[in-house]
Amino acid sequence: MENTYFISNYCHVKNNAISLNGSLVYENEAVDLNTFLKSAYQNFQTDYPKFFKMDGLSKLAFMASEVLLKSIEMPEEGSNIAIVLSNRASSLDTDRKYQESISDSSNFYPSPAVFVYTLPNICIGEISIRHKLYSENSFFIFDQFNADYLYEYGASLIDSKKADSVLCGWVDVDKDKYEAFMYLVTKNGSTVHTKEEITRLYQYQ
Amino acid sequence: MNNPIISYNNIISSLGFDSATVVDKISKKESGLEKIIDQDILDRPFYSSMIDVGLLESSYSKLGTRQKYTKLEKMMIASLSDTLKSFEHPLNERVGLIVSTTKGNIDALDPNSSFNENRAYLGELAAQLKNFFHFETEPIVLSNACVSGVLAISVAKRLIKQDKFDHVFVVAGDLVTQFIISGFNAFQALSDLPCRPYCQTRSGINIGEVAASVLVTNDHSLAVEESVIVMGDASCNDANHISGPSRTGEGLHRSIESAMKEAAISANQVDYISAHGTATPYNDEMESIAFDRSGLSEVPLNSLKGYFGHTLGASGLLETIVGMHSLKNNTLYASLGFQEMGVSRPLNIIKDTTEKTLNIFLKTASGFGGSNTAVLFKKLNS
Repeated sequence: MENTYFISNYCHVKNNAISLNGSLVYENEAVDLNTFLKSAYQNFQTDYPKFFKMDGLSKLAFMASEVLLKSIEMPEEGSNIAIVLSNRASSLDTDRKYQESISDSSNFYPSPAVFVYTLPNICIGEISIRHKLYSENSFFIFDQFNADYLYEYGASLIDSKKADSVLCGWVDVDKDKYEAFMYLVTKNGSTVHTKEEITRLYQYQ
Repeated sequence: MNNPIISYNNIISSLGFDSATVVDKISKKESGLEKIIDQDILDRPFYSSMIDVGLLESSYSKLGTRQKYTKLEKMMIASLSDTLKSFEHPLNERVGLIVSTTKGNIDALDPNSSFNENRAYLGELAAQLKNFFHFETEPIVLSNACVSGVLAISVAKRLIKQDKFDHVFVVAGDLVTQFIISGFNAFQALSDLPCRPYCQTRSGINIGEVAASVLVTNDHSLAVEESVIVMGDASCNDANHISGPSRTGEGLHRSIESAMKEAAISANQVDYISAHGTATPYNDEMESIAFDRSGLSEVPLNSLKGYFGHTLGASGLLETIVGMHSLKNNTLYASLGFQEMGVSRPLNIIKDTTEKTLNIFLKTASGFGGSNTAVLFKKLNS
């Protein structure tokens, strides 16, 4: 608690738009999340075919982290960036799809490829694989965005030397609603890491 | 600040409804696994440890509530009631609640459920617990696949060291449901027999259900006989695959190294390893590689999956509690189901209940999403 940290960069994905540090970097009049993220993927010339196998939550978390982490210098052989994400709906969007596949015994088709995404932390695994992050990771569920716990836990990871920086945020997909907000907590920068600042940036349009 | 300790604890399982009873049965190599025939869950018999609804009802009815709760909520309320009973502080802003679960009330999505589908939101489950016990603070739900239960202890310790809380209650639980069983079955990961961690003839996992709870606190005066200090902990990702363990045990090895560094101990000071050991071919092999890389291949080790099956988000907490009692009783418990060595690197698997002076143990877990957690615990009264 005695140390001061900073928020170096942040990213929003909502309402068919992606912004980095408060500036719009992409928007599209897509009809649904999947179409929107696919066009964003193409727009940013992302070359990562695994993207297309992901569920909505992982695609959303992946795209937000792409935009955010592309804006910083990443060392070749991985960095010690911890990942702490949170949301309200856990993996329920995919859970419902999986439940549909087992509810009718005459039409029973459980798929391992769907089942594996019925855990919210899978999206952290996807980001870790993409950026070779052998780092601390955890996924929390809150009723709404909780700057207080994200602040405390993010700071504790750097204080205890478990991480050099922390990718924190909120990534939620629930039926036709979605929202991602990610920010990077670092040891150097100009925007001081406080609960108030996290809340302010989260609400920043 | 001193590192926090784990104090009061409870296990609700098919082996009993309190920690001491459960540990006594483990010492007698009594397994909670049995053959289950339930077409609503799986179209063939499977092995599991499930909590008897009648026993749960009678334990739970003593609490005298009229509210309608799900089975998982009843398990968690029964467990937390036992853990809370000797705690005399008010549940004020210095007392946190962490709920560890992978799937929560996932059975509420079943069209035949008598509960509203909204009960499947994990925040709903946490709200039921918060309201039942009148916690003042917002509960924290941790859902990080199969490492959740042990990672929850790590999160509790970190929030206490951060001076956010003085005391954190951790409750963990998951259910055996058609959702879970059909999923593991689709992965062809289920064994048709009681599981055999690390054994040559292992053929996959059993899924079981328990609820478990502990108090993590910085107040050492709340210690109980089996209390342990949380010495060091870490969770490192494999950065390799979302549903398969790393072939080099990278994340688990790194987690162990980081936990040992924080605890300032070396491998030869570890007296016992409570490993994950799910009895799938790849998981157990990965663990043997990671333990070997960390210089731990001679340390007595068990997996408790042969007693309960894999209890998902509760397993790490359940197995930590058994480890605490193992230290208190200075007794190593058998890794049930193991016969012939079935992994490529040496491991010192515990075959029989054995008395030995124990001071420090390592708890590990690994799970989907490439997650791994390692936590080191030391007997408080050593």
